[in-house]
Amino acid sequence: MNVQVEPAKLKAKDFASDQEVRWCPGCGDYAILKAVQMALANMGAKPDNTVFVSGIGCASRFPYYMATYGFHTIHGRAPAVASGVKLANPDLDVWIVSGDGDALSIGGNHLLHVLRRNMDVQFLLFNNEIYGLTKGQYSPTSQIGQKSPSTPQGSVDAPIDACTFALGCNARFIARGIDIQAKDLGHVFTRSRDHKGASFVEIIQNCIVFNDDAFAHFTEKKVAKETQIHVVHGAKLIYGAESNKGLSIKPGAFELEAVTIGENGITEDDILVHDETNKVLASLLVAMKPPAMPVALGVIYCDPAPSYEQAVKDQVEAAKAKGLGDMDALLRSGNTWTVS
Amino acid sequence: MNLQTDPSKGDGADGTQMSEADRDSIVVRFAGDSGDGVQLLGGQFSQATALDHNSLATFPDFPAEIRAPIGTTYGVSAFQIKFGSRMIKTSGDSPDVLVALNPAALKVNYKDVRTGGLIIVDSGSFTERNLKKAGFDVDPREDGTLGEHRTIEIDISALTLEATKQFDVTQKEALRGKNMWTLGLIYWMYDRTTDATEKFVAGKFGAESPVAQANIAALKAGHAYGETAEVSGDIQQTRVAEVEFAPGEYRLVTGAEALSWGLVAGCELAGIDMTFCSYPITPSSPILHILSRLKNFGVTTFQAEDEIAAACSAIGASYAGNMGITASSGPGIALKTEAIGLAISTELPLIIVDTQRAGPSTGLPTKTEQSDLFLTVWGRNGDAPMVVLSARSPGDCFETAIEAVRLATKYMTPVFLLSDGYIANAAEPWMIPSMSDYKPFPVSYRSEAEGFQPFSRDEETLARPWVKPGTPGLTHRIGGIEKADGSGNISYDPENHQRMTDLRNDKIANIAKDIPAQSVELGNDSGKLAVVGWGSTYGPINRAVANMRDAGLDVAHIHIRNLWPLPKNLIDLLGKYDKVLVAEMNNGQMLTFLRSQTRQDIDGHLKVTGQPLTIKEVEDAIRARAQG
Ligand code: SF4
Repeated sequence: MNVQVEPAKLKAKDFASDQEVRWCPGCGDYAILKAVQMALANMGAKPDNTVFVSGIGCASRFPYYMATYGFHTIHGRAPAVASGVKLANPDLDVWIVSGDGDALSIGGNHLLHVLRRNMDVQFLLFNNEIYGLTKGQYSPTSQIGQKSPSTPQGSVDAPIDACTFALGCNARFIARGIDIQAKDLGHVFTRSRDHKGASFVEIIQNCIVFNDDAFAHFTEKKVAKETQIHVVHGAKLIYGAESNKGLSIKPGAFELEAVTIGENGITEDDILVHDETNKVLASLLVAMKPPAMPVALGVIYCDPAPSYEQAVKDQVEAAKAKGLGDMDALLRSGNTWTVS
Repeated sequence: MNLQTDPSKGDGADGTQMSEADRDSIVVRFAGDSGDGVQLLGGQFSQATALDHNSLATFPDFPAEIRAPIGTTYGVSAFQIKFGSRMIKTSGDSPDVLVALNPAALKVNYKDVRTGGLIIVDSGSFTERNLKKAGFDVDPREDGTLGEHRTIEIDISALTLEATKQFDVTQKEALRGKNMWTLGLIYWMYDRTTDATEKFVAGKFGAESPVAQANIAALKAGHAYGETAEVSGDIQQTRVAEVEFAPGEYRLVTGAEALSWGLVAGCELAGIDMTFCSYPITPSSPILHILSRLKNFGVTTFQAEDEIAAACSAIGASYAGNMGITASSGPGIALKTEAIGLAISTELPLIIVDTQRAGPSTGLPTKTEQSDLFLTVWGRNGDAPMVVLSARSPGDCFETAIEAVRLATKYMTPVFLLSDGYIANAAEPWMIPSMSDYKPFPVSYRSEAEGFQPFSRDEETLARPWVKPGTPGLTHRIGGIEKADGSGNISYDPENHQRMTDLRNDKIANIAKDIPAQSVELGNDSGKLAVVGWGSTYGPINRAVANMRDAGLDVAHIHIRNLWPLPKNLIDLLGKYDKVLVAEMNNGQMLTFLRSQTRQDIDGHLKVTGQPLTIKEVEDAIRARAQG
């Protein structure tokens, strides 16, 4: 009997390589690694067709721990290497793993261009607001006042918000998650992979050694519900332990405000509905910070456009369709003469 | 250069007095404002000269500024061509004829003209204002400045306006026809027809367009002027006999063209698609422009956001199984250095084309130099050996580019392919090769999962397997951290690092077995003096050595293509000469390099003026060492 055998569905552990994971015990990277492996299994991703590309930093060790193809490159340049991979073979599923220093400092230029070009890759930025691998210097996302070996009196360097930067680069997909929220991360990873074009995902990651609890003010369980809003396309922007808080437009101003339903005459009708295709709304959402506002999590912006490598491939195919190149003819194009 | 040469027919030492008609080669330099269309003029004259079966070499020399202020000396653009009835090896030391379209062009160029040479000036441009802008206090035509030259003044501006007045063009458009008028005159001087250029102009602007008609009218007017002038005896017509080329089909080719085509040909022979990633920079950009039009050959071009991204994306493409290539010049190459180290460490094929220009830093972007030898052979962190090749002439770029693809893919290594600003822009007649003359060298990718290790090695080549991501069952990880021999896993083991460093070194050193032995271009394989060169100095060194041999000196010419690894016999070969002289356009890089490889006393003739070596200076350097 000829029975069609479905290949066994892969499990998270099938995406784990045989290499010992060497992050500090308690590092948020462990949880992210697990979440990625789980998400890939759930998506039905094929290890043979998946490539993880990274730069330099704690996060960039990521590819070594994945049972997929992996390329640990040089500081900040992962998007450039990944672009070459994608140009050569658009069928590969390419993920870039980076940190705040790698992506926003030394590699800021490449992040800008991989996003605005809309290369079809997933860009995961592990943001711990510190340089871990080089032992704790402040990073471009560190807050003003951050004490570090290079800023003993506190940093005076104004930080950048990663998602705001990505939006400014014309990224067509922007999402944010937290290392310890595996389920939400899994959803975001799946959406990012489904999105054709560059997907930017910021992952709030705790560095237990050099910047422990930097995000505790909104990641701690006891405050989470009041300081986080998980946005869902088409649903009201509601949050809070009692689900009675929401976002609305501040009257007479072009800004969001956090309101409480039932207070000051606010009803559910006053609460905005999340539209992930609205770039203006996205720009307001990504910039929200506690305590005045909750931190926006989930798929904040998604508005697909044609991807770069596809357009490039189309041009190559169109040229080939008109007639494959003939080297001997090319060498003889233009003015030639014969000596006999 | 793949032309058959007869070294017995040497150039006369430049500077000797001869009338044009007596000479078997002529050097003409066109000079004008950068907006005067001098490069187009030169290009057209080169094509017509080639079609008339003369041998030739050209030297376009333009300013770094796209449109420098009109009439200034730093806005002067020049194009020199040497052509003749015997094999031409350089674009010529000193012009026999200078055409100066404004006072600034005269100021910059008149001193180079050989004694007794002819200078044609556009007198219409010699206004007081233009003379002042050029830095002449007194009109050089009146104070004897040009005394030893024959000077012919023609009001080219007015004659061009006159010739084009019947067409519906603005005065500005009409004046742009100055280059065409000049071209017409020069065509007449060397007995060439205007046909090809008329066709070119019609094709460019549309045959019916007033601009095309005005340009063609100017061209014809210049030609006709020559005939009338002859009657008055001012200018003589010279016919340069056809040269005896070896039988075959020929074309003009610049280094940038031949190099681009060679890369495509190499990929075809390897059976691999090219991904070419680069960032615009002078004088490397033409390669990007040429390749971006060859998509039907399976070429993908990518204008990256910067030099680093260009190198990194090329590496990514090679990792994915294509031939990743990047190209740049000077400071752009410096920026790629870290990425090249990654390609060495991960043992991926990569080609980096370095069209060298005068440095350091921004240096002189449009001027030529050969000063990246140290950078390419030694200029990386760590012990980071790789292959370095250098092309000697425009046509040779084709062969060297094919060799670069062969070595990169066979040995899983980055390869530097050196050219320079002179070769890239210069044109020469080239015997067109046939692809069937080349032996294919198809690449093979690993697909067998059984026993796979990413850093196992081929016994013969020491190359590691090339695996395309997407291949079932071969997932693996690579990176810039030191890898365990075989498995490729991260390893901090001291002995392993020693072993891997040795392996990387041996792999490249081993390539010496797979490259041609060093030959002697001219002269005996032992003797009194060997002149050693590399890259674009081939022409002047070869001609100078030929001339000095004719003069009875015992001198040989050795030209190195394989800069690293060096040909196995090179050091022994050099040891067979009493003296070795390195002639190069830098401050002694090959000189220092060779001294590091041998105990032999080696001497140098070094020049960094941004101009190619002249035959005469190499001759002088030879005479000083070979006599007595
Ligand atoms: S230094 Fe911080 S980010 Fe790096 S592995 Fe340790 S805990 Fe994680």
